[in-house]
Amino acid sequence: MKLTGAQILWESLVREGVTDVFGYPGGAILPAYDAMLGYPIRHVLVRHEQGATHMADGYARASGKVGVAIATSGPGATNMVTGIATAMMDSSPIVCITGQVGSKLIGSDAFQETDITGITLPITKHNYLVTSAEDVAPAVLEAFAIARSGRPGPVLVDITKDAQQSICEVDWEAARPQLTEALDEALPGDGDVRDAIALINAAARPLILAGHGVMLSGAEREIVALSERGQIPMAVTLLGIGGVAAAHPLNLGMMGMHGEAWVNNAIQEADLLIALGMRFDDRVTGNLKTYAREARKIHVDIDRAELNKNVRVDVAIAKDLRAAVEEWLPHVVAPGARAAWLARIDSLKGDSAVRDIQNLPDDGHLYAAHVINDLWRMTRGDALVVTDVGQHQMWEAQYYKHNRSRSLITSGGLGTMGFALPAAIGAKIACPESEVWVVVGDGGFQMTMPELATVVQEHLDINIAVINNGYLGMVRQWQEFFYDKRYAATPISGPNFAKLADAFGIAAATVTRRAEVNDAVEAARRLKRAALIDFQVEQEDSVYPMVPAGADLHKMIRRPSPIVETAAD
Amino acid sequence: MLHTFAVYVDNKPGVLNRVSSLFRRRAFNIESLTVGHTETPGVSRMTVVVDTDEYGARRLEAHLYKLVPCKRVENITAAASIARDLALIKVAATGEARTHVMQLVDVYRARIVDVSLESLVIETTGTEDKIDSLLEVLRPYGVVEMVRTGRVAMARGTLPARRAAAPSPQAPVAADTGGDVSHGSV
Repeated sequence: MKLTGAQILWESLVREGVTDVFGYPGGAILPAYDAMLGYPIRHVLVRHEQGATHMADGYARASGKVGVAIATSGPGATNMVTGIATAMMDSSPIVCITGQVGSKLIGSDAFQETDITGITLPITKHNYLVTSAEDVAPAVLEAFAIARSGRPGPVLVDITKDAQQSICEVDWEAARPQLTEALDEALPGDGDVRDAIALINAAARPLILAGHGVMLSGAEREIVALSERGQIPMAVTLLGIGGVAAAHPLNLGMMGMHGEAWVNNAIQEADLLIALGMRFDDRVTGNLKTYAREARKIHVDIDRAELNKNVRVDVAIAKDLRAAVEEWLPHVVAPGARAAWLARIDSLKGDSAVRDIQNLPDDGHLYAAHVINDLWRMTRGDALVVTDVGQHQMWEAQYYKHNRSRSLITSGGLGTMGFALPAAIGAKIACPESEVWVVVGDGGFQMTMPELATVVQEHLDINIAVINNGYLGMVRQWQEFFYDKRYAATPISGPNFAKLADAFGIAAATVTRRAEVNDAVEAARRLKRAALIDFQVEQEDSVYPMVPAGADLHKMIRRPSPIVETAAD
Repeated sequence: MLHTFAVYVDNKPGVLNRVSSLFRRRAFNIESLTVGHTETPGVSRMTVVVDTDEYGARRLEAHLYKLVPCKRVENITAAASIARDLALIKVAATGEARTHVMQLVDVYRARIVDVSLESLVIETTGTEDKIDSLLEVLRPYGVVEMVRTGRVAMARGTLPARRAAAPSPQAPVAADTGGDVSHGSV
């Protein structure tokens, strides 16, 4: 049967199991939109194409499936750039479809023409410019295969208008992706399994560093098995949160710039780091010269290019994490000496309980930590939380204890403000049964808040907690610590968020005291439609502890104790 | 140190851009890059020379493999290999100087491929060293114009060189006659 290129596009998506797409129509993608009505796919109309990419990203992170975003040529395509880069940095599998001007117009600066394959070259795993209907199916099917294989990531398919309109016969068998396996089996990264096991069994002070790869590889159970069998404590990266249950006694918590002090100290004292699906980002290592100098290192990552990049390791293994750990498990033993190491970590922990702002008596101030802690308690840690970027993101990571894999979605690598609301829309559509909470600052929320209209149009039951401190808080904190409190361009005003929500048809409340948190959260949870709560928190609170950028990991700025009055007092 | 890679890629539009963009994006500086067809239809071969350390070379190789159109990468730095550069050199030479230049061309087993009243064009093939050396002796006569292809390289023997051990400072340099003239044999 002959189909148009546009029909082939939708047919390909259906064959890939796609049920939901996020997009925005326009001239060059019109033939595809016209054909869409004939296919069983839910289209979510976004308010800005950046939102479409974040929704596809949130959908992918929540479900493990490939997310799909669609936009027209020119500005539609360029608006996707931030979302594509976000997905690239956090290894999130998405496929972006863009319309392009007719193939004869390419290169002529035609209306709404832009070189989107050129623009997105360094921020996609791969991209395609498709100029004939015959090439649509092979490109789209291969795009899905690439997006989800190996280290997942974004792929863009740019389809000219004439390729969408012309008609051809499709041989679906011939269109199946034929990706040649890269012949790189002899490359470095084939560290010996025996070397890894020998290091693990010989270590007196080993520590597992678990990253996003744990979830991407589906190795949640294997990591815990390794930890329990070897009595090896675990630390997680920001994106690793949820991969190991926070309640697990061997899970120490988050490492890095705003990680727990005892975790960072344990890293510095360890004699073996077992890095699993993480990439030694500068935000988790601090100064590389003084990073874990006592420790031998094993690094497992499916992406060879991550091995020996920031930190030189003793055993580098380029492999699917789950398969690698499964291979170790039968050989791992637990030397009794580990008890001393676990006791040492306990003593480190005891020394850093000062941070507990959540236990402060209610003195009339509303701290963000209160809000997050109450939210965690009231949702029993079961919500799917999507955060934006900044102070609230770190407080969420510190005070919301995630026990489920894929229950925290946040922009880690790129640190994209404006990510939370659209990503939460994608997550809610992927997991309609989950209780979804957006935790977002007043700054980031104002970047993508038009997507509130999408929430309403799609009848989504999403709860939004705006942590409103009237500042771009994290930048303000850096100005306080490192720029002599010169608050250049960080005070930010905003609308009355409750009235704004009301204008969109979203239930809203404003909370200024801790005593009001419970009722507001309960009301939002009971409501079977979207709700927003404007939490007006302490304005000049800071996230503690903190490793200043580039400083030694063990030299953290600690919360002043007893807790000092903040500058607002 | 300089690393030489042979990179086999699909011969498709934009592939050179993908490869060169990767080097730029990862902050590797390309010393030279040549592209041409191979014995296999549809496959092009690039010879890329990069100044980086051993870890950088390994990372680069891994990154190249992540490019979808990239089929195979060989780091032939440490392998016994033949590397050649081709240069066209236009020298201003009249009268007696012309005879001297022609003698030098002879010694280097280069060729004169064009003669005009004021100048000669010399074609030479060999290692970078040999060409550098020829250029050095021609310079006093007045080099008007010069163009070089950059290095193309191939491992000796029948097996791909990519399984060769990582380079060590002590590794003997493969015997290479540098084309028709050995290094410094002038």
